[in-house]
Amino acid sequence: IRLRARLSKSANPLGKALFTILSKNHLTNSDWEDVEDTLLLADVGADASSRLVDQLKSDVRIQGETEPNTVREMLKTRLLAIVDAGMDRRLCAELSETQVPNDQKPSVIIMVGVNGTGKTTTAGKLARFFVAEGRTVMMAAADTFRAAAADQLETWGNRVGVRVVRSDKDGADPASVAFEAAHTAKEQGSDVLIVDTAGRLQNKANLMQELGKIRRVIEKTAKVDEVLLVLDATTGQNGMAQAKVFADAIGITGIVLTKLDGSARGGIVISVQQELGVPVKLVGLGEGPDDLTVFDPATFVDGILAVN
Amino acid sequence: MAAFTSLTDRLSQAFKHLRSKGKLSESDIDGTIREIRRALLDADVSLDVVRSFTSRIRERALGAEVSQALNPAQQVVSIVNEELTKILGAGVDRPLNFAKKPPTVIMLAGLQGAGKTTLAGKLGYWLRDTGHTPLLVAADLQRPNAVTQLQVVGARAEVPVFAPEPGVQAESSDVVEPGKATGDPVKVARDSIAFAQDKLYDTVIIDTAGRLGVDQELMQQAQNIRNAVNPNEILFVIDAMIGQDAVQTAKAFDEGVDFTGVVLSKLDGDARGGAALSVASVTGKPILFASTGEGLKDFEVFHPDRMASRILDMGDVLTLIEQA
Ligand SMILES: Nc1nc2c(ncn2[C@@H]2O[C@H](COP(=O)(O)OP(=O)(O)OP(=O)(O)O)[C@@H](O)[C@H]2O)c(=O)[nH]1
Ligand SMILES: Nc1nc2c(ncn2[C@@H]2O[C@H](COP(=O)(O)OP(=O)(O)OP(=O)(O)O)[C@@H](O)[C@H]2O)c(=O)[nH]1
Ligand SMILES: [Mg+2]
Ligand SMILES: [Mg+2]
Repeated sequence: IRLRARLSKSANPLGKALFTILSKNHLTNSDWEDVEDTLLLADVGADASSRLVDQLKSDVRIQGETEPNTVREMLKTRLLAIVDAGMDRRLCAELSETQVPNDQKPSVIIMVGVNGTGKTTTAGKLARFFVAEGRTVMMAAADTFRAAAADQLETWGNRVGVRVVRSDKDGADPASVAFEAAHTAKEQGSDVLIVDTAGRLQNKANLMQELGKIRRVIEKTAKVDEVLLVLDATTGQNGMAQAKVFADAIGITGIVLTKLDGSARGGIVISVQQELGVPVKLVGLGEGPDDLTVFDPATFVDGILAVN
Repeated sequence: MAAFTSLTDRLSQAFKHLRSKGKLSESDIDGTIREIRRALLDADVSLDVVRSFTSRIRERALGAEVSQALNPAQQVVSIVNEELTKILGAGVDRPLNFAKKPPTVIMLAGLQGAGKTTLAGKLGYWLRDTGHTPLLVAADLQRPNAVTQLQVVGARAEVPVFAPEPGVQAESSDVVEPGKATGDPVKVARDSIAFAQDKLYDTVIIDTAGRLGVDQELMQQAQNIRNAVNPNEILFVIDAMIGQDAVQTAKAFDEGVDFTGVVLSKLDGDARGGAALSVASVTGKPILFASTGEGLKDFEVFHPDRMASRILDMGDVLTLIEQA
């Protein structure tokens, strides 16, 4: 409820500053700089921001456009075209509308990302989502490293009514937990298996290798349909390095942008989507079980442009 | 990563050009300033801070110290380095504030997932190692198993944990959902002080729930915890990977709990950590510690000069200039 109240406060999709700039009859260089600033403040990044502004400038020049309302719309359209890009944002497990044949179950989703971005929380929310869809779900606590990580996942499992496969001892091999979970999920005919992994910084080569191993081990039993990279919306330009290295290490099929309920806008995902060709699929909007939603390009773009 | 040519590369181009000319013109300086601005933005220094920083650099670069220097380019770079270190280093050289009359109270605050609970363990370990008798306090009753996590961390550090409330756990009441608080964190914090006095612990480290800068309700709760325990230090823990949001968040926590120092976490990653500059210049609060890993000992006193080189990739630039 707190969240809903907060979201409705940002009703003006184009921020006040931008609104004033683009309402002027003639755009000067410093006006264009202000437009660029709006993008920079949303973490879109220096490169991408200046490219966007250049494109918009040339759009405006070519079309001989001076009407501020139209220029405003052009900026939004440009941004939306880049963010949207006709990507398929459905989760693989959702794709199969009919009953999945038993030998293709479970559909496996692996959560990956750097430390503290919201992997475990998103796993819990996703489980809740699938349960609500009438699917049978299992989760695997393949974070055997972080203090009480398995307990945290188990609490989520408990709340959303989903069984969690875990190891009793800290520091167990995460790949063998994943393997066991895949096996159990298959045996029980679960529709979906969600695998939570430990947070790891992308510059730790050995930990990145471990991810590849987790995937391979699961694939002995089941198909990995999704590897979701969980990115924190507060992340700045390092988000790009994260995406690239995780993509190399385990392959990524989608991005979850978390903590978008805060003041950060998550603009780095624009470059990440473009560079990797992998769509943002889900958005985290809070710490509760229902604070997960599908990524909506238009809402996201409004958020970017609303930065003061 | 082609998109992110380093400042070293870019400045080396600019300086190659300068070297042949000897003297710096105003447009040479503007070109250099543009590269520095770009490097700062790529390092996630906040836009406002970049702006005021570069205008100060420009002013000094146009002044006598540069035009009269033997090697003007080198002079510009050392100005940049100097100014960066100055902001990052303001007040850094101070130790932790200890109370005259124990216990010393240290409260941790920050965004979700910043590294507070991990830091509590590190601080506990470090204090115990230096002859103190610390107590960890589990005042995050919201994040699923935050209390369990602190207990595990405390056990590893061999530091006792005051945890009268279980928080959100699989075993606890089944009414509570993740994301909703159980029990009263303000009371836990308050009670911990009496407990510490009674049991003669000399330092109390209070772990609090992660909260957003825009969440007024939870920010008020943090303020209530602070008012209940009167901390000697309130440490704002911030992730080195944070982007432009650093300023707004730091301001919100500064207004909310008026923190006394900053801890920069996850510095073992490859983020440049421009947030350090933003937070230091916007709040004027000292950065006291760097967190550099998930282990108990991955923790050190903050080094402003190292951070300056890191943000601007300056280590290389300085060598480059020296070779010029
Ligand atoms: N406000 C907000 N908080 C979130 C969101 N998603 C997760 N969190 C919080 O962020 C913190 C970290 O979440 P976790 O799910 O533990 O993150 P993780 O990626 O599993 O962390 P590690 O396993 O330690 O790497 C917790 O306090 C969560 O409650 C979100 O969308 N919004
Ligand atoms: N690599 C690295 N990981 C860290 C560091 N500090 C904390 N972490 C990791 O970051 C994640 C979040 O750390 P926590 O200590 O749980 O963060 P928190 O601020 O207590 O999180 P909430 O209580 O959910 O708000 C965990 O996976 C930690 O192991 C650090 O300096 N380096
Ligand atoms: Mg986790
Ligand atoms: Mg914590």
